[in-house]
Amino acid sequence: MNSDVLVIGGGIAGIEAATNLYLLGYSVTLVEQESELGGHVAQWNKLFPNYKNAHQIIQTLLQQLPGDITILRSTKIIHLSEKDRLFSVNLSNNSTITTKTILIATGYDLFDARLKEEYGYKIYDNVITSAELESLLRQNKPILTKQGKEPSRIGFVHCVGSRDRKINNLYCSKVCCVTAVKQAIEIRQKLPFCEAYCFYMDLRMYGLNFEELYNESQEKYGVTFIRGRLSEASETIDGKLILKVEDTLLGRPLKMTIDMLVLMVGMVPSKGTNFLIKELGLHINNGHFIASNDEHLRANHTNKHGIFVAGSASSPKTIDDTLADARSAAMAIHQFFKNSKL
Amino acid sequence: MSKSFGFLKKNDRTIDYDKNDRALFYYLMRVEPSAALCIACGACTATCSSGNFSSLDLHKIMLSIRRGEKVYIAKEITQCVLCGKCQLVCPKNVNTRGIIFQIMSFLQSSQL
Repeated sequence: MNSDVLVIGGGIAGIEAATNLYLLGYSVTLVEQESELGGHVAQWNKLFPNYKNAHQIIQTLLQQLPGDITILRSTKIIHLSEKDRLFSVNLSNNSTITTKTILIATGYDLFDARLKEEYGYKIYDNVITSAELESLLRQNKPILTKQGKEPSRIGFVHCVGSRDRKINNLYCSKVCCVTAVKQAIEIRQKLPFCEAYCFYMDLRMYGLNFEELYNESQEKYGVTFIRGRLSEASETIDGKLILKVEDTLLGRPLKMTIDMLVLMVGMVPSKGTNFLIKELGLHINNGHFIASNDEHLRANHTNKHGIFVAGSASSPKTIDDTLADARSAAMAIHQFFKNSKL
Repeated sequence: MSKSFGFLKKNDRTIDYDKNDRALFYYLMRVEPSAALCIACGACTATCSSGNFSSLDLHKIMLSIRRGEKVYIAKEITQCVLCGKCQLVCPKNVNTRGIIFQIMSFLQSSQL
């Protein structure tokens, strides 16, 4: 099987890039290890900052995806090799693809919250991750503690797995701050008698309408923000959690018993991204994600000729940034082909 | 008299959310919700006419509202001269003067 471009990863970056590459006239093969396309976004419910349905985004992207693109679902990359500027890629279905270029869109995995042991994930009953809360919201399931009670107080911990030298993740994951604001509002809407507290180091409301959402969460929904990093959580005999935090704006210690703790987990390079970094000898940025050849001018190029990157495989990104990056990668590959024909 | 070792009885400085009373916060959320917008930037405190000569510190009062520290607020709020300079400098456009009025009327009508 031959193609101009092999897109690895069928999340939103892979889908958007494949569509645009096809529209530019290239033969495209899209490989996805899961049985369905859509990646992480297919797991989300409502999106910040405007509560658009995540399902709608996936549906629209899939509708735009041309039928002539070869899509290989439930397929993994086993081995890649290069000869005379052509890549030969062995797949888990025992076939081999020969391709001129490769676009890596293998994205991220969620940070494993167990590494921040002091927060008690998988140790205490009522500590969950933001992804687990999102899943409850998506399935419209009742928000209950493990003991089956409706919580009267929920805490959100920002920067779990991000901006933390102790776990060697120095970068900001970009989406967690505003996701906490969004989820705190959703909790207040769903459970009007439940108080919501956010524990933050600083809030990064950089995107369009993020600050507005943050203001709304306070003014309309009474979400309380406390500047201070959770130092330790401990469990009471009835499954509640006692938090110890320094309220750094008042310079005083703070103690609070809550019913449920939500950890805002950040992004780390996915297993697939790490596999390709090793297999292809790609350079990495700040010790983690795939490095761009030039952050400003050649953001979608890697250090290897003919290998490109799109989406959160190169750094944590929002959905909007990922889609823009995917289109930009398609143009970078287009330029590559135009230049090599000269 | 022998020299003492310096042992003292210390007051607990912990803000205890299991004991404090957030009634004032919920009252303000009803009548003056801009109170929730304070980001404790401190502009109000820096410009405060009264604060130059007293312990009045509005951004600390705003934080104490959310933390349920009613006794501190009741003690400090009487030092305000209602000049309104805090409102002029507030980047979040918090209705500080209105909030101070509401705090005063809340404290008058509630038992401390």
